[in-house]
Amino acid sequence: MTHYFDTLIIGSGLAGLRAAGEAVKKGSVAVLTKLYPTRSHSGAAQGGIGAALGNEEPDSPEWHFYDTVKGGDFLGDQDAIEVMCEDAIRTIVELEHLGVPFSRTPEGKIAQRRFGGHTRDFGAAPVRRACYSADRTGHAILYALYEQCGHERVDFFPEFQALDIVMDGNRCLGALAVNIRTGEIHAFNAKATLVASGGYGRVFKTTSNAIASTGDCLGIAFNKGVPLEDMEFFQFHPTGLYGLGILITEGARGEGGMLINGKGERFMERYAPTIKDLAPRDMISRAIMTEIREGRGIGGRDYVHLDITGVDKKILNERLPEISAFCKIYMGIDPSEKPIPVLPTAHYAMGGIPTDIDGRVSRDETGEVVKGLYAAGECACVSAHGANRLGCNSLLDTVVFGRRAGMAMGEFIGSVGKSEIKRDAVDAVKENIEAVINSKGKEKAGEVRAEFQKLMMDKCSVFRNEKDLTTLIQELSSFKERLKDISIKDKGSAFNTELLEVIELGHLIALGEVIAASALQRKESRGAHAREDYPKRDDENWLKHTFAFKTDRGVEFKYKPVVVTRFKPEDRKY
Amino acid sequence: MEQYILKIKRFDPEKDRKPRWEKFRIEMEFTDRVLDGFIKIKDAIDGSLTFRRSCAHGICGSCAVKINGKSGLACQTIIKDVPPGEIVIEPLPAFPVIKDLVVDIEPFFGKNREAMPYLINNEPPPELERLQSPEEQEKILQSITCIMCGCCASSCPSYWADKEYMGPSALLKAYRFIMDSRDRALEERMNSIAKPHGLWRCHSIYNCVEVCPKEIDITSHIAKLKRLAVKKKLSGFFKG
Repeated sequence: MTHYFDTLIIGSGLAGLRAAGEAVKKGSVAVLTKLYPTRSHSGAAQGGIGAALGNEEPDSPEWHFYDTVKGGDFLGDQDAIEVMCEDAIRTIVELEHLGVPFSRTPEGKIAQRRFGGHTRDFGAAPVRRACYSADRTGHAILYALYEQCGHERVDFFPEFQALDIVMDGNRCLGALAVNIRTGEIHAFNAKATLVASGGYGRVFKTTSNAIASTGDCLGIAFNKGVPLEDMEFFQFHPTGLYGLGILITEGARGEGGMLINGKGERFMERYAPTIKDLAPRDMISRAIMTEIREGRGIGGRDYVHLDITGVDKKILNERLPEISAFCKIYMGIDPSEKPIPVLPTAHYAMGGIPTDIDGRVSRDETGEVVKGLYAAGECACVSAHGANRLGCNSLLDTVVFGRRAGMAMGEFIGSVGKSEIKRDAVDAVKENIEAVINSKGKEKAGEVRAEFQKLMMDKCSVFRNEKDLTTLIQELSSFKERLKDISIKDKGSAFNTELLEVIELGHLIALGEVIAASALQRKESRGAHAREDYPKRDDENWLKHTFAFKTDRGVEFKYKPVVVTRFKPEDRKY
Repeated sequence: MEQYILKIKRFDPEKDRKPRWEKFRIEMEFTDRVLDGFIKIKDAIDGSLTFRRSCAHGICGSCAVKINGKSGLACQTIIKDVPPGEIVIEPLPAFPVIKDLVVDIEPFFGKNREAMPYLINNEPPPELERLQSPEEQEKILQSITCIMCGCCASSCPSYWADKEYMGPSALLKAYRFIMDSRDRALEERMNSIAKPHGLWRCHSIYNCVEVCPKEIDITSHIAKLKRLAVKKKLSGFFKG
């Protein structure tokens, strides 16, 4: 089946929905999602969305700007960060007017709490900047945006999985997707196409990300010659539930929780004397892993405790009900009585499809634009987060840059004619599917995936080094071979999730390879990328963005300078 | 690791004329989720087993199924909380089956739209946020936690009997906006639910409350709407 839209949006999380609300003012909009819109992983965001409203204590967008630059270890592009922080207050007010049920102060204003790395007076002390809806902030915003889109004229295509982004030279023509329910391939012709497909935490064994977070569109774009920026920077959130990786929000520490090691010490006092447990996530994750490596895990084992027993029970009930329920359901622990066993969990990709501040995708390190192709949200790299994202800046990023991409697309569609996807693009996708269905190989997708995820976790997570990364890259090439040898049992058309899982695994492995290669070439430690063999940040050689390209010779690299405007790189101490 | 038998009701529209049962014997940890069992089967025994899933921790609402006779989220049902022996898994009742445990959830989402599920306020917005006291917000706190999983509707005898009934989650959604101090569309919204296939089809059976994975007291929310409708003389019994 063939469709024609002015704007096509792949992904129905916060970035996609916010863009849709904007683009629909100028033309027709289709939103594809492989789930249902309300199932998007944005809905799992817990703790908050950052804006210097100053509702609870004095704050300023400039402090927010500084914190974000420093939190990102000076790799973030400061023009983008300034746009995000300056636009934050307007963004939150707009969301509130759309119906988001933010938690409130006694005077009825939007309540705010402390979050990691957010400070007043350029690092003097933590500040209350995260606006929240208990610990379900993403859910609250996702529903409000979806509900508002629902009575605009946005056309939703739930359970449509993108299989290809179609290019004609340097112009994007739209995308091909499978209607999961029937197996039919649909061609979506669009003047402008936005990739807003979220993250790819499923590259790693232990992750807070949804099973659907497989980075399909990054894999597709990379195959089409679009570079991927800063892929070595993957954030591990310090507090995942031990053994499961389920997120326990930083808001738990924002409300007074603290991390405790096996000796009963509040160890963050040693690593970040000023803001302690509210240091940025990369620093806390390294601190936890260091404590464990040096034998100070709980009972000498591989986890530490997040202790929120000192937090008032009323606050737990009102502001952290969801994580309290998670602890009870999955760990059998009442966190008001007992500490929570936690371990870092793969959480957020700073890297992604390079874009300018209006979502236009760059085809190379010079910033030349791919016509008609846009990206926003976690799949994109603007780069507002640099080498390490601060908590509550990702929701902000999705809404700020989703809106900007929506506006840019609304303008762009007036300047170009209808696109027409050719038959051979559809045939190529069908051939790929046939190849998987007809494969008589010996491998099972589930086993290959589990081994791949474990390998990535072992060799390329919180700490990295040349030996591990070299081994990893060698082993990953065998995974590409194994991928071709996977066969599936389900040969049908309707709801063939076994087939789709093989396709997703292909993207995961491709992204794993880019992450590993990007990590190997960056010979310094910065933000979430910690090299044991190069433990220092090296601004002289590495104050630049990595651009990974797919070539016949494998992954190759080029570089783009960091935009430094207001804040010169300085020592990163907290 | 303990051995469990998952007895799953299966249906492949391209092969089966009617549903069939299949038993899978798998090793599970005490702390595993029922969803982990599905994934183990799909990964190691039968890749064609079809189910929805995404977040795996009770926030996205994808994996609602019937577990030992009761609707619930597979990702939020822990093995240690299930009686030993066979675990019987079926697709959500009252929804047409597409394949194995996947049901057609589209009509359910469609009914939600009848409740005009979006904030309506055409007054000029203030420069900053619209004020809402914590007491005002308290009224909608439970209702905003709904994840649209469908457990409630699938367990409701009224929903089974009346294909046009809006169902508990749509009514809860109406409540969420009617009771929001910022909303200005009380009349239209009340009119959209105070109708025979709406508010008055709820007979306070409480099945929805029993199965709601977010522990929302849906029936008492609906009861408040009924009281409001009576107060506004919107009984709707005698309207078409």
